Amino acid sequence: MNKRRVPTVVTYFLLAAAIAFCAFGAVRGETDIVLKKAVNICMECIGLG
Amino acid sequence: MAEKHNRKRTFIQAGWGILSNAYVRGFLPGGPAIYTGPLKRFCVPGMNCYSCPGALGACPIGAMQAVFDGRQRKFSFYVVGYLSAIGFLAGRFVCGWLCLFGLIQELLYKIPVPKIKVPEKADHILRYLKYVMLSVFVFLLPFFFRSELNTGYPFFCKYVCPVGTLEGGIPLVLLNPLMRQSLGWLFRWKFFILILCIIASMTTYRPFCKYICPLGAFYSLFQNASLVRMRLDEDACVHCGICASKCGMNVNPSLRPNSMECIRCGECINACPKHALSFGIKEIKPEKGELKGELS
Repeated sequence: MNKRRVPTVVTYFLLAAAIAFCAFGAVRGETDIVLKKAVNICMECIGLG
Repeated sequence: MAEKHNRKRTFIQAGWGILSNAYVRGFLPGGPAIYTGPLKRFCVPGMNCYSCPGALGACPIGAMQAVFDGRQRKFSFYVVGYLSAIGFLAGRFVCGWLCLFGLIQELLYKIPVPKIKVPEKADHILRYLKYVMLSVFVFLLPFFFRSELNTGYPFFCKYVCPVGTLEGGIPLVLLNPLMRQSLGWLFRWKFFILILCIIASMTTYRPFCKYICPLGAFYSLFQNASLVRMRLDEDACVHCGICASKCGMNVNPSLRPNSMECIRCGECINACPKHALSFGIKEIKPEKGELKGELS
């Protein structure tokens, strides 16, 4: 049986890193790409493109 | 007690599904086909096609594929960071409580038709398929190919995802005569996958989540590290096996309470006659029993 456990402090650190990733992506304009994709009907997604 | 828990979970799943698809005008004939407001910058936590006429947010899997760009070496920091944060907070909790397609599969499973138990070996191998979907269709291929909108090419959405067909394709095709005229092999292929998924869901518990869903695969990577987790009181557990028999995802919570396959629906917590299982927050010093079966 595996007894490994990710230490809680590491989880908090990685959570902070994930939030920083998210903020960094937003700052460099990735939300604009998401918006551009999401406000147009995705023909591929619905099976027409 | 278990019935009450089931009703509460179904209510939350349905409520979230309605809330994230609350753009009513999209469903009206002659209205705008989909919502185009600023909320679409944000991703919902579960699988929810952004081309659904009612969708208010973006699908995280579609959004992730859109941002990837191999030519500019562009990684999807925004979506990967967002999903990782949810993963570190609660692992696959979203799968069990906030995914509309998960709810649809659960409701289909309630239809009284003969149920199929996938042989253990096949089940074990098929579980890896969702990681192939995540790594190849969501990460790798969109990184190297571009769509007409100059975003990453949505390979998973185009060739696999039945959620887009159900939530986006069918309503849009029904509401728009022009779209009906442009149906081709791709729609037929995706419709076939959807029918297959519906039939499989009637006979097997949440087959899409178990074997295909790249979002579930992504969240599962955080099960071992997440702050919200399952706790097992080893002193109280008598290993009667009731929790394992109640688990639709074929997890044995008395051996692996934080298995990568657990969707944290809480069915086992309610089933346990000894109250040995519970949800808890990860603490600095591991509690007795918390170490048990952290990885699977």
